[in-house]
Amino acid sequence: MGRTLAEKVWDEHVVRSAEGEPDLLFIDLHLIHEVTSPQAFEGLRLAGRRVRRPDLTLATEDHNVPTLDLDKPIADPVSRTQVETLRRNCEEFGVRLHPLGDVEQGIVHVVGPQLGLTQPGMTIVCGDSHTSTHGAFGAIAFGIGTSEVEHVLATQTLPQSRPRTMAVTVNGSLPDGVTAKDLVLTLIAHTGTGGGQGYVVEYRGPAIEELSMEARMTICNMSIEWGAKAGLIAPDQTTFDYIEGRPEAPKGEHWGEALAHWQTLVTDEDAVFDKEIVLDASTMTPFVTWGTNPGQGVPLGGEVPDPARFDDDGDQLAAEKALEYMGLEAGTPMRDIKVDTVFVGSCTNGRIEDLRAAAAVVKGRHVAPDTRLLVVPGSVRVRLQAEDEGLDVVFKEAGAEWRGAGCSMCLGMNPDQLEPGERSASTSNRNFEGRQGKGGRTHLVSPLVAAATAVTGTLASPADLPPLA
Amino acid sequence: MEKFTQHTGTGLPLRRSNVDTDQIIPAVYLKRVTRTGFEDGLFAAWRKDPQFVINQPQYDGATVLIAGPDFGTGSSREHAVWALLDYGFRVVISSRFADIFRGNSGKAGLVAAQVTQDVVEQLWKQIEHDPTTQIVVDLEARTIQADAITAPFQIDDYTRWRLLEGLDDIGITLSHEDDIATYEAGRPSWKPATL
Repeated sequence: MGRTLAEKVWDEHVVRSAEGEPDLLFIDLHLIHEVTSPQAFEGLRLAGRRVRRPDLTLATEDHNVPTLDLDKPIADPVSRTQVETLRRNCEEFGVRLHPLGDVEQGIVHVVGPQLGLTQPGMTIVCGDSHTSTHGAFGAIAFGIGTSEVEHVLATQTLPQSRPRTMAVTVNGSLPDGVTAKDLVLTLIAHTGTGGGQGYVVEYRGPAIEELSMEARMTICNMSIEWGAKAGLIAPDQTTFDYIEGRPEAPKGEHWGEALAHWQTLVTDEDAVFDKEIVLDASTMTPFVTWGTNPGQGVPLGGEVPDPARFDDDGDQLAAEKALEYMGLEAGTPMRDIKVDTVFVGSCTNGRIEDLRAAAAVVKGRHVAPDTRLLVVPGSVRVRLQAEDEGLDVVFKEAGAEWRGAGCSMCLGMNPDQLEPGERSASTSNRNFEGRQGKGGRTHLVSPLVAAATAVTGTLASPADLPPLA
Repeated sequence: MEKFTQHTGTGLPLRRSNVDTDQIIPAVYLKRVTRTGFEDGLFAAWRKDPQFVINQPQYDGATVLIAGPDFGTGSSREHAVWALLDYGFRVVISSRFADIFRGNSGKAGLVAAQVTQDVVEQLWKQIEHDPTTQIVVDLEARTIQADAITAPFQIDDYTRWRLLEGLDDIGITLSHEDDIATYEAGRPSWKPATL
């Protein structure tokens, strides 16, 4: 019987397999940041262990870093200590680090692909759940906890039980104005936050094949939001074109060898998935969340649901609590919801295509009074590229704040936070209670919806905006 | 890691589904570089409400958390497990755990016991009726017993074995160092490196 893409990549990385034990998997790339690594390095130090493969390890500073006043020391002493601890650890253990101020600094999941380090058929881990992003290249990539970070540092392997496989087949084509973000939010509303639990998911079908690498990353990024172990997409010409010529991409003869291998990384025709979901992209519309988990979403043209309409008691209770937290009334049209802050950024939607899409909407327009638009590039390279294209000027002329690179308001570990009761439309990945600041209320949206919302001050899509004179 | 065979303690009924790790411990509490002292961040936002279940005195000293489905979703932060352990919990019972949370629990010595939602409901009722109910979690037998309730729970064989033996994962893996070296020797030369 044939094998799925995920099974092929898995099998290639099994170091050791024994009855009744998880497989021991070799890890091709271990990405590190300041929040989930300090206790792991401390563990190594206490046990007198070294980093087995510093040459397969890369660190960057992203979660805590400020996006303003980058020439000054980090103001929050606790954040500063964490960042300085990472610098000391990388120095002591010989790990390559892209610190604040370095041209390669940025969100770890933006940096890996941008450097060409993320390649098809790899195993990639990081102490961050959005590591699933790298699956867009046909890699098995997943988030791990700090004990596992220590394990990978010490052994370059991880014991892992073989997950089940699922196919998400998306037929048709996304209509104009509907993006990868809308697709994945639609999917999560369909499955719920636990629907992918225990599965490695392969996204496939015509709608996926048409997507750019950056759009594919948006989809794989949010695999974890419906509980999947990892999400991946078979590499194709789009993938190879994206990688070729990047700093860490294979060069010369190596390129040919790598490409020959990558072209075998497809699910065999007779392979069987443990589960399959089929969606039709052509019926999708801009999609936004109303609640406090990413599965609580509706089309932008819809309304805040009535909790009583949910069949399941648990869902009903969750919806009631969500509406209370979000300060929303059932039956309110989503387009009537007034937003205070719009955040464009994060490992979900902080890449150059996302900034281009948002800039195209605000160009020649202005951010609504009482609304603030925060644009945070995913990496320094993305920021520089955007500035080369004049996008920073477009944003600033529209009244937006143009910031330095980092995770920023996605999780509010730096000063970029919502005030209690403040409402955001955010291109990030989680609308959990307090995620963007204590008491903050988050609506997850695409970059297009974010930009249009910044202009109108209420949830909107570019189609809702009056045409420019 | 300490061995875990059986635990007896009182319970805390958390009647919420989708308890994500941002709720278990908000990001602002993740800035420590040490491994201990995370109990102050546990459910930090919810704890501000005096009615929140953890603030109700009849549940003081509870060591077994019984939560709704999809517990531990979201961020990979192991700090969520540390916060629960530092606060005094030894066992979390739910009908469904997020993968990363379950993995992290097994590494840090917190037992994530999966039962049916029906058992969760029975336990909630029993504890709310009598908060002094002693809950016995037997990892050897994979059973939970509380008053008249006796139910099996699921935990994977390997994690159970490691918890019972109190084994260090890294130590186990390093005993297979020859296998790792053999694998490394066979990796294609075009695979990327960071140095």
